[in-house]
Amino acid sequence: MHELSICLALVAELETLARRHDARIRRVSITIGPLAGVEPDLVAQAYPLACAGTAAQASELHIERSRVRIRCRGCGLESNATVNHLSCNACGDWQTELLSGDELILNQVELDTAAEAADELADASLSGGFHV
Amino acid sequence: MSSPTPHFPGGSMCETCGTHAVHAHEGAGAQNNRDLVVLGDHILAANDRAAAHNRAHFDARHLLVLNLMSSPGAGKTALLEATADALKDELRMAVIEGDLETENDAARIRAHGLDAVQITTGSACHLDAGMIHAAMHRIDLDALDILFIENVGNLVCPANFDLGQHRNVALLSYAEGDDKPAKYPVLFRRADLVLLTKADLAPYLDDFDAERARRNVRNLGNPAPILSVSAKSGAALSAWFDWLRGERAKRLSRTPALA
Repeated sequence: MHELSICLALVAELETLARRHDARIRRVSITIGPLAGVEPDLVAQAYPLACAGTAAQASELHIERSRVRIRCRGCGLESNATVNHLSCNACGDWQTELLSGDELILNQVELDTAAEAADELADASLSGGFHV
Repeated sequence: MSSPTPHFPGGSMCETCGTHAVHAHEGAGAQNNRDLVVLGDHILAANDRAAAHNRAHFDARHLLVLNLMSSPGAGKTALLEATADALKDELRMAVIEGDLETENDAARIRAHGLDAVQITTGSACHLDAGMIHAAMHRIDLDALDILFIENVGNLVCPANFDLGQHRNVALLSYAEGDDKPAKYPVLFRRADLVLLTKADLAPYLDDFDAERARRNVRNLGNPAPILSVSAKSGAALSAWFDWLRGERAKRLSRTPALA
């Protein structure tokens, strides 16, 4: 299962953000597409483990799921598709372009910049990197 | 206890951090000191940066780097052994081997005269760009035309991690079933070449339909060439070798970004 690796990478990005803003992470919004190769439910399970002991500990993770959308290179039609059938719904041409569905995106992060949160963080990580 | 979702005013750059992030600064009560940072970055951005760094090393040397992915036992190592035997006087090649455990595959490659570095990932189910970076500096990249990366045998996890390769090669053996591209669309959609391996077994495995495998790849919108090959009998390997020569020629004709 690579979802833990994905969460560890996510938390590393969050830690950088938290340091830059002297803040703790309160809420995180990500988008996972059906063709991202990442299982949202497993990410939700792994996320708290990856956050333990970091500035993102106890943060809330919101996962948005995008849809698979394609555009036919033949007839130009845009339509929904399933992960293993990306052919055009209208003309049947398999030569299509993926418009969405493979996202693995960190969208938004809500920070808690309250003074005490910042102080806690400063105590926890003295190794610098503040105030870019 | 749910907090209200802050609104962010359209499009203003953040003055705090000066990055591409856009902030919404909420009301500044003691209980409500919140900033919203809008990013839109790939979650694996750090791996992507490491992969771009690897690729710059490769491009500076006009080196072709291929990421071979398949399930365990599809014949990645056997293909590389046959490739070493056939092309080692024509092309300078080396292999980075990824496995959970053992040096077996690297030893097999070395026995065929190529340099090989083994990465053992322990329990990790895929290679990432950092592992490749560490391994590639154990190889003399200046003395190479093609670097093969034999990823961990797995049709799921390796598909997510850019290593800095130029092309993805997916192997699907006749013994596995022609519906694998439909079952593992993420990996097969990103393949630049699909090799149907162990074609010598075709007479015994009449439920594998190469045409159905081809249709399953096309259903992913993927125009990649699909070749039936056998490393054991040597059947149709010349088409694979020609593909390698063609991709190598494309690398040579490129101007590297990094001198």
